Amino acid sequence: MSRTATRAIGVVSRLAGMAATLLVTSFLVFSSLYLAPGDPASFLVRGRSAGPEELARIRHRYGFDEPFLVRYWDWLGGVLHGDFGRSYVFHQDVSSVIWSRLPATLLLIAASALLIAVVGVAAGIVGALRRGTRTDSMLMLLVTVGAAAPAFVAALLLRSLFGVKLGWFPTIGNGTGVLDRLHHVVLPAIALSVTFMAMVTRVTRSSMLEELGREHVEVAVSRGTPRWTVIRRHVLRNALGPIVTVSALLISGMLVSTSIVETAFGMSGVGSLLVTSVNQMDFQVVQAIVLLVVAAFVVVNFLVDLVHPLIDPRVAAAGSAR
Amino acid sequence: MSAQMAGVTRKPIAKLRSMGGGWLEKVCLGLLVLFVLVALFAPWLSPQDPTYGELGTGLVGPGADHWLGTDQGGHDTFSALIEGSRTSLAGPLLVVLVSTVAGIAIGLFAAWRGGWVDTVLGRLLDVVFAFPALLVAILAVAVFGKGMTAPVIAMSVAYMPYTARLVRGLAMQEQARPYIAAYRVQGHSALYVAVRRLLPNIGPTVLAQSSVNFGYALLDLAALSFLGLGVQAPTPDWGAMINQSQAAVLRGQPLSAVVPAVAVVVVVVAFNIVGENVGDRLAGRKT
Repeated sequence: MSRTATRAIGVVSRLAGMAATLLVTSFLVFSSLYLAPGDPASFLVRGRSAGPEELARIRHRYGFDEPFLVRYWDWLGGVLHGDFGRSYVFHQDVSSVIWSRLPATLLLIAASALLIAVVGVAAGIVGALRRGTRTDSMLMLLVTVGAAAPAFVAALLLRSLFGVKLGWFPTIGNGTGVLDRLHHVVLPAIALSVTFMAMVTRVTRSSMLEELGREHVEVAVSRGTPRWTVIRRHVLRNALGPIVTVSALLISGMLVSTSIVETAFGMSGVGSLLVTSVNQMDFQVVQAIVLLVVAAFVVVNFLVDLVHPLIDPRVAAAGSAR
Repeated sequence: MSAQMAGVTRKPIAKLRSMGGGWLEKVCLGLLVLFVLVALFAPWLSPQDPTYGELGTGLVGPGADHWLGTDQGGHDTFSALIEGSRTSLAGPLLVVLVSTVAGIAIGLFAAWRGGWVDTVLGRLLDVVFAFPALLVAILAVAVFGKGMTAPVIAMSVAYMPYTARLVRGLAMQEQARPYIAAYRVQGHSALYVAVRRLLPNIGPTVLAQSSVNFGYALLDLAALSFLGLGVQAPTPDWGAMINQSQAAVLRGQPLSAVVPAVAVVVVVVAFNIVGENVGDRLAGRKT
């Protein structure tokens, strides 16, 4: 069989696997409503006064009088069209509540991802190249502490030092206008990325060290190839696979941690929306955000599986060598 | 999320060990023993009632009356730190116990049955993997209300795949070795061989994974309380203490938040370092 055909079959089977995972996760998220004690319609309007007519309307809208699987099917159809139901707190569609808060969260994630990719990988490279020196030991100590420093601790320290004490950065809110927004996102982005930077540094370092010890690197060095060319073309390129894989695994943790960071810095975004919605018992919004986070994780992992062979052709070769 | 990196952790930690020698491990072990003792004897150790707040003495600095000062409600930070160690450590302990036992059972079962049972279980574990523990805990709070019971149960499920996968992989390797076949030929039941003969051999590695999980579970539960969704006032808890001190932080007096934050980080770092070392030694990788 030709190589492209094998690859196409691989992609299709991965796609089917992803669809199956998404189906099961959506079913789990959907069923969570029915784990709640009591009548689901009154659960949705907990803490708010709702007359019998209102309850009847909700029952009708969500089809609580229909069989479970029919209800799931209708719900899934709605979700695929971007209809996540209605928020009884905001009196709006859930999708528009989330949509209006999405840009702030995406900015936060983009800024953190940039930090993680640049600082994390750079620190890992430095650690590997300066292996055994004082720089390396310091980095590894920072990594051990950084990996254990949760977002809420990082947020607390950054906020009280650079926000309150030094007054360099704002301590609360999202800001208005492009520059102000960027100014507001600096501290939250650092707080969000500390743990993940530490992990990426660790993986980059150990993956680089593994490659540095290989024969082809030794050969390249002994042939007199310039040091940076060796590192770039023979070490880093080969070390990239594990780094990309780990980064994908970190995505879901990062998405959840936005709720911590946004809450800590009083920002308005999807993460803080998740927390306020739990507090305000707005279950429709909670359910939608949980589903989106899980779906994002599954999709990103699928994409990494697709991209991995392009970065590292050895993976593709191993896949088609059967 | 991060427990997969356990295998990768080993190198930097080994590095730390060689540079810091045995003292680092000893210090960490001592700290853990100290924290456990403090948690056990908390009511007798705390100088004041951490739930009692004097209105006049909010945000007092460290002094003879209040060793680590007070928060803005006038609660003694030192006493809250001591009493808070109970809830902060008991939650992750439960999560790790339940997830380890369940993970061992599922992992052994999958390895032993193999075939389609193994495939189906593997796929289901993949699905659970897609749910980060903190997210599952938040969903549990949304469904069952605030408190620690529902999140602890939910997080036990979320952490279980890490152990289950590890146990499955290790059990598969062990199964290929002759002693398993020898026991089976002698007519011992599969359950006996798996639990009494195979499990002790893979135990140390599983234990190391569990201690790493403990650190992450502690972080997740503290985060939940920080968000105001976990332990509720007046019960003292490290995460909840940070949450309640947010206004004091903005007023430039972050001590009542920094103290529990440092406690969280110290316990997690100590647990990671000791866990790796104990795991290594039990597995005979280090004499």
